[in-house]
Amino acid sequence: MTKRILIDNISSKWMLVCLSFFLLLPLAIGTGLVLKSEDLLTGHTLSSLIFSADWSPSEDKFGFWPFILSSLWVTIIALIISMPLCLLAAIYLSQFAPKWLLEFMRPVIDILAGIPSVVYGVWGVLVIVPLVGDTIAPFFNNESLGYSILAGALVLAVMSIPYILNMLLEVFRQVPVELGEASLSLGATKWETIKHVFIRKGATGILSAYGLGFSKALGETIAVMMVIGNVVQEPASVFDAGYPLPALIANNYGEMMSIPSYDSALMFGSLLLFVIILAINILFRYLIYKSEEK
Amino acid sequence: MSIKTTIPVISKEAAHFQVVPGEVPVLNIRNLNVRSKNAQILKNINLVVPKNKITVLLGPSGCGKTTLLKCMNRLTDLYSELKLDGSIEIDGEDILSGKYDITQIRQKMGLVMQRPFPLPMSIYDNIAYGLKIKGIRKKSIISEKVEKHLREVALWDEVKDRLKTSAQRLSIGQQQRLCLARGLAVEPEIILADEPTSALDPISSRVIEEEFLKLKADYTIILVTHILRQAKRLADFVVFMYYGEIVEYGPASEIFENPKTDILKEYLRVGH
Repeated sequence: MTKRILIDNISSKWMLVCLSFFLLLPLAIGTGLVLKSEDLLTGHTLSSLIFSADWSPSEDKFGFWPFILSSLWVTIIALIISMPLCLLAAIYLSQFAPKWLLEFMRPVIDILAGIPSVVYGVWGVLVIVPLVGDTIAPFFNNESLGYSILAGALVLAVMSIPYILNMLLEVFRQVPVELGEASLSLGATKWETIKHVFIRKGATGILSAYGLGFSKALGETIAVMMVIGNVVQEPASVFDAGYPLPALIANNYGEMMSIPSYDSALMFGSLLLFVIILAINILFRYLIYKSEEK
Repeated sequence: MSIKTTIPVISKEAAHFQVVPGEVPVLNIRNLNVRSKNAQILKNINLVVPKNKITVLLGPSGCGKTTLLKCMNRLTDLYSELKLDGSIEIDGEDILSGKYDITQIRQKMGLVMQRPFPLPMSIYDNIAYGLKIKGIRKKSIISEKVEKHLREVALWDEVKDRLKTSAQRLSIGQQQRLCLARGLAVEPEIILADEPTSALDPISSRVIEEEFLKLKADYTIILVTHILRQAKRLADFVVFMYYGEIVEYGPASEIFENPKTDILKEYLRVGH
């Protein structure tokens, strides 16, 4: 065998090795988390860990429900705010805006995406928290210190915009111009074309963008932690403080190791986060599969 | 095929074409110029398109045929860099004047493109789309028209059992016929076809060509092609374009048998 053929044969193999590393990594992390949280799992039932709101590590009570609820609230509200905004912005930029505006916006979006999480957090504390506490909450006849689910969601919404918007721009860029021309030539208006043709054609991509946005937002830690209040309670409204899972882990890991099974509980918290993200991904995969079928 | 000669100078007289005696004009283009930032794409186009005939726009790639076609239903609006002046009249309305509802003007013309672009929906909905846009809501009328137009392009028997499946799953030849049917469903007066067979195999191409010959009883067809043999098979009238100008225009027999300009003679000789 000549050297060229040999290299050709090996080349795909070492790529496979690299790929299998990526495949094994989540599996290894998942297994590690399960093993580490075993201590906690032997002493408590799974349902009591997930659905109980009783959190008192010194009494060996670990109810994760407040954390799960906070995480989901913050993430879902953030995406309810950012998803339509991103979709409209992406449609405007790709279909209506002059070319220079799109060219101008690209680096702006990149800069927004590149701002460190902690800076968004500071901005949240300085701007969003007072806004929620002094303006938004009183408007809805509520009292709030400002450190709340809503503040977390607003900061998270702003943070996820560049990420989702970038992906959506790519989605609409890939819709062929001719498809729009076909629809227009049938007498459709531009809006009808966008609604019935572009969004439908891009449905798969839009769903993936939202799915990835959700996963990323759910795991966002620092910025949310700085504005959400970090109070262990089942938030009754968006103006209440919350305590999302990533904040719990970041605040406590490495401390309070004197309390038995605390370490294991935090690992279980990570495992929960991991499983929720996995479930969300599977859900979006399913939706994508469904939209491709059409 | 490319023709390596210098751009011929065309006399002003040759560029003006009058209505061919005995024909009813449906589309009247006067002094149409299209400029982009750094080039003039169409130069002083004057053309009268006769009703219920196939008028073929013939010429080498890049001579402005497609741009001319896109001017006719103002898809040129999508390209902000293009500047149009002159007039294109259909039913006595100058569509470039901006006075008329462009969506209604576009419904007077059915567009068939180089490659089929079925809308991302079912076969049925591809046809129903234009009808719904026209404001037809009654399901029985829509179903009736879907069937009628699928039959018109000889696609009905092939797809009648899977109307609700995605149009993307059809073969490319079937897709092109679907796109033709989709255009016919809005009941246009004119069919604009931009090299409609260029992505198709010879058999599918022949089916489309046969459709066109049948359809000209009810529609006026403007067909862009650079395939000389296709032009000979289909054309009633031929417009020969070169570098954004109309070089020769006339009944097909005259153009093919008695070309006047050297450039067309050369094109006919090379393209044969």
